[in-house]
Amino acid sequence: MTTLVLARNTTSLTDRLKDAGAIALVALLLGIPMIGLTTVDQGGALRIATRWPTLFAFIAVCFVGRLLLRYGFDQWRARRMVREQATLAVVDRSVATNPWLDWIGWGALGVSLVLPIAFSDNRYVVDTATTVLIYVMLGWGLNVVVGLAGLLDLGYVAFYAVGAYTYGLLSTQFGWGFWQALPVAGAMAASFGIILGWPTLRLRGDYLAIVTLGFGEIIRVILVNWTELSGGPNGITSIPRPSFFGLPFKPPGDDPTFASFFGLEYAPNQRILFLYYLILGLALLTNLFVSRMRKLPVGRAWEAMREDEIACRAMGINARNVKLSAFALGAMLGGFAGVFFAARQGFISPESFTFNESAIILAIVVLGGMGSQLGVVLASLVLVLLPELGRDFAEYRMLIFGAAMILIMIWKPGGILAHREPTMRYVAGGESR
Amino acid sequence: MALALQQLINGLTLGAVYGLIAIGYTMVYGIIGMINFAHGDIYMVSAFIAVTVFTLLATFSISSIPLSLLLVLLVAVLFTSVYGWTVERIAYRPLRGSTRLAPLISAIGMSIFLQNMVQLTQGARVKPIAPVLVGGIDLLTIDGFTVRLAYSQILIVFVTIALMAGFTWLITQTSFGRQQRSCEQDRTMTALLGINVDRTISLTFMLGAALAAVAGVMVTVYYGVVDFFIGFVAGIKAFTAAVLGGIGSLPGAMLGGLLIGLIEAFWAAYLSAEYKDVATFSILILVLMFRPSGLLGRPEVEKV
Repeated sequence: MTTLVLARNTTSLTDRLKDAGAIALVALLLGIPMIGLTTVDQGGALRIATRWPTLFAFIAVCFVGRLLLRYGFDQWRARRMVREQATLAVVDRSVATNPWLDWIGWGALGVSLVLPIAFSDNRYVVDTATTVLIYVMLGWGLNVVVGLAGLLDLGYVAFYAVGAYTYGLLSTQFGWGFWQALPVAGAMAASFGIILGWPTLRLRGDYLAIVTLGFGEIIRVILVNWTELSGGPNGITSIPRPSFFGLPFKPPGDDPTFASFFGLEYAPNQRILFLYYLILGLALLTNLFVSRMRKLPVGRAWEAMREDEIACRAMGINARNVKLSAFALGAMLGGFAGVFFAARQGFISPESFTFNESAIILAIVVLGGMGSQLGVVLASLVLVLLPELGRDFAEYRMLIFGAAMILIMIWKPGGILAHREPTMRYVAGGESR
Repeated sequence: MALALQQLINGLTLGAVYGLIAIGYTMVYGIIGMINFAHGDIYMVSAFIAVTVFTLLATFSISSIPLSLLLVLLVAVLFTSVYGWTVERIAYRPLRGSTRLAPLISAIGMSIFLQNMVQLTQGARVKPIAPVLVGGIDLLTIDGFTVRLAYSQILIVFVTIALMAGFTWLITQTSFGRQQRSCEQDRTMTALLGINVDRTISLTFMLGAALAAVAGVMVTVYYGVVDFFIGFVAGIKAFTAAVLGGIGSLPGAMLGGLLIGLIEAFWAAYLSAEYKDVATFSILILVLMFRPSGLLGRPEVEKV
């Protein structure tokens, strides 16, 4: 072992330079057609433009970066080997129940409760936090399908869209309120979940992925083209905002408003705060609901189905019902989030429900660690805040977003909080904990 | 009748392009069992390279059509396969042997990255090029409707047939083909037999990218416009084609591509152009319901 460590430390400088040189060559080949050369439109015809300095800077960064990264990595690995030899202890990295996680969870809850009060005059913070919570809720919904039941769904945004459009149509065409439409939209999304789930029961893995992707696209194409129903690409406008048990958030008028009823002075941020607490409440209910479901027989069946479907069938679990219930429940939660989204924006169009959105929600579930409720929160924070922080260099933010997805996966392939612990486990003596 | 014939020609052309891209999906799926989501964007990158090289050739006033096509194909294939290699090396190789979802997520990340990189470096606007291959043959005229076979369509179909023949030979007859097929069956055993699995997988990605590059050049010649978003739609259609034909099967990918192209062309002509994507996906769902392993795929045997 020691010799091996020494050998790693003594990788010669020429070898390192050769290695970095190879990387620089690849960078050159990658860079020439994209960075070195570009075409610009000039008087209706394309003309070549060159950017050699940028290309050389790019190659230099790749060369030096590779050199340093490789050196640092070798050092780190050598140190780790020495340390592991010294302790001779096998570190169990699969520690599942970390007591810290509970505290982080409660801490996050506390922060989320006081955040809008602390920032009540900063609309941007509260708005961003609301967006994070929408994604948390979507992530928890998709977590039922992907994380617990292990069914790869690439078209989750379809249910989000169904929920949003159900509320949009019910409120603008029939004058329904937010609270009346919420259960209907949830039921509607759930039935779409069953419609999608039914034909895909026999499919596994990647076939399921492509069918769900296709389903998501079908819903979007229908929304774009069925103009009489959905308003086409223009979407639905002036969707009423949710009211506080019938009390609207409006400047004082003839009817009682939220402000006049409680004797407060009207302020526009009351609605923002209300929306924030509304989605917080919905998300917390979702969390409670899902974590309770996980302990019911059907929830345990989801997790068992994820681990081994054949064994499940052999044990007499009805695979059809279990899968359909996961689809329906996940879809319903997505539908709820959609209703909130429509009510918050006041405007919806098919543009909000593209495949990219599905990819982001799936990324939240997978990056967070499949099946982990807290992981979803952390991943939503990362994925929503990353583009927000990148606003200063706005055009690079999606580029950084894509790169971050790759890097996080390479760094932690199982997700930020990776664990696949079953919610219930058998303990000798028949007691389960 | 004339319209049907015209749509048959258009559908076959489109299907040939989908088939070429689908082969990349199906090979990668066959060898490492993952959906290479960035493959559509590799195709998009190659279309941009084609635009650049065509413009470059125009700058040097090389006007011979066969020469410029050949040059563009060569350059696009070369650079695009480097992209294919890099994508595998950066985003997929570190994740080999982890969960099935991890490479899928990094592939989606790679797809977002490539799209935005091209948008940043090449501009977000649609790029039109001067028509390369104009004209065609008027086949016949029925009731004032002329069925036309464009030269670019002939080119696409012939290049596709040639590539398919070459590829079948490569996979079935050569040493690399045997290595590739044995990696598909059992990677550990293949490694034990002294075959460099990593290299085989890298080469597979490069070959898939090369075929996508040819598809990208063909589409640039055929439509004359590219933008940074073409990869997504083409990628999804091609993946659908690969699944329809039976993922992992090369003739299946081609057959699936042709079917998708024909369905799209006929649906757009006779039913509704807006819902052609719905038709594609609905037929995919129907096929998978009744034949879950695709048209030419082997049924997957599950072992406990």
